[in-house]
Amino acid sequence: MELKAGSRWRSAVCDTEVVVVRAPSGAASLECGGQPMIAHDAERPEGGQVADAFSGGTQMGKRFADPETGIEVLATKGGAGSLSLDGQPLALKDAKPLPSSD
Amino acid sequence: MNISMLLEMVADSAGDRVAVGSLTYAELLERATAGAKLAGDGFIAVDVNSEAVPIGLFSAALAGVPYIPVNYRLADEQLRAIVERAAPGTAVVDPDVVGRLAGISGLQVIDRPSFLDSIAGGEERGVAPSDPDAIAVLLFTSGTTGAPKAAVLRHSHLSSYVLGTVEFLGSSPDDAALVSVPPYHIAGIAAVLSSVYGGRRIVYLPQFTPEAWVDAARREAITHAMVVPTMLGRILDHLESSGERLPALRHLSYGGGRMPVSVVERALTLLPDTGFVNAYGLTETSSTVAILTPEDHREAMASDDPAVRARLGSVGRPLPTIELEIRHGEIWVRGEQVSGEYEGIGTTVRDDGWFPTKDGGRLDDGGYLFVDGRLDDVIVRGAENLSPGEIEDALVEHPAVAEAAVIGAADDEWGEVPVAFVVTSADVTESELQTWVRDRLRSSRVPARIEFLDELPYSETGKLLRRVLKSEL
Repeated sequence: MELKAGSRWRSAVCDTEVVVVRAPSGAASLECGGQPMIAHDAERPEGGQVADAFSGGTQMGKRFADPETGIEVLATKGGAGSLSLDGQPLALKDAKPLPSSD
Repeated sequence: MNISMLLEMVADSAGDRVAVGSLTYAELLERATAGAKLAGDGFIAVDVNSEAVPIGLFSAALAGVPYIPVNYRLADEQLRAIVERAAPGTAVVDPDVVGRLAGISGLQVIDRPSFLDSIAGGEERGVAPSDPDAIAVLLFTSGTTGAPKAAVLRHSHLSSYVLGTVEFLGSSPDDAALVSVPPYHIAGIAAVLSSVYGGRRIVYLPQFTPEAWVDAARREAITHAMVVPTMLGRILDHLESSGERLPALRHLSYGGGRMPVSVVERALTLLPDTGFVNAYGLTETSSTVAILTPEDHREAMASDDPAVRARLGSVGRPLPTIELEIRHGEIWVRGEQVSGEYEGIGTTVRDDGWFPTKDGGRLDDGGYLFVDGRLDDVIVRGAENLSPGEIEDALVEHPAVAEAAVIGAADDEWGEVPVAFVVTSADVTESELQTWVRDRLRSSRVPARIEFLDELPYSETGKLLRRVLKSEL
């Protein structure tokens, strides 16, 4: 899968959708619920299940990153599966809320 | 990512919230989707503030073409020259502007009411373009010399700024932002994007007057607002004379120009329940790169330590997503929101990502940034560099001086000498003011001449127009 910045992906096993904010440094597989994510415009296959090890859920509006590959994704829809890259869970990128300057 | 996804997410999760005017977030997205079909090769807006601004911004994003807001107050010749550069595309304009844009090649002109009518039915959403390096917004900056330049802001810059500074749906449904900065100012663009992603209602003030601003703030129970320095001073004057207060206002941010400390102190005294935010940023950095937070304001105001107290005159500390350094007196920044690019000119961002702002500044021990103003405005007297801001601050501290501007004037002996223009509120003489400055600063800073004016020339976004003063010398 080509995880280009701006590309959109959906989970094969739950409702989660993401957009890639920053591409990873090399080839990698982005997964949700333990299964590789599929192209945003692809049909979700039937019968898929969220794997227990990746069932923590993904919350809309949160960002996830992997410092090693540099990938960063934004969850544009939430779902029951959690995100991973080549089997390694992606960490929640905590953002300190700032006072509004706009 | 394309900035339209910010709106899509909010429309999905909180589509019933009011976005702007009577439009909900779901409706805003439907209309922007319809507007995208009319955008052509570029969405040009020559208009006052209204819901057509966020609709236009997202229409352009969904169509994958730039949004190009232009100042409708420009003289005909300048306006046409800019729109000719921005064409081809569709221009959505105030009805009064239609005739002024006649006959421009490649331009389709629609007046705002007709545009809003034609998209009122909305449109089912499609798939937004995915190229993060596409141009989201072109902003023509006034510049001090020569032809106007168009700053290029790509989707990646604006979305990085929003993702790094705004919490998704972090606003309560009762929050409302009053936007009085014009759409062709970066603060007007940032206000739309930050409000949308936070899920905050936008209230537009089409034309700023202090009375209209206070009226709108009270009527709409405004919780957040951003103003430029000249606006804040006038709002405070109005509050003082009318006795009105703003009980709903939780956050008032100011920026876009130099703010006298005396005005900040007045504001904190007059509105003790409002959190003040001083924001520093440039068009080329997708707006804010440093902020002085409400806590910083309160701490500085309450402190006996002169160094802490002085921070009321700072712009605070860099955003966590921004790196900031002072190199030879110049402010340099690095971060994903930094564009630094001009159309047809290219980028001034270095290969390692650092961008020279052309603003002079310094950091104190706590990492607070003090901005001295544009390096182009520095006055070179003999071999000494003088910052106009320092002299202006000293002058404004005088009880009889309401406003001050200092520029360099050619001088046979020194090359350049500082000359001051002041607006006074009580009687004071030139020599009294010169003595006042000499008592506070080194003698080289004393203005060689002081002119008394009824008012200083400002742009409508609060920038002091030094070139106008220069031309008077």
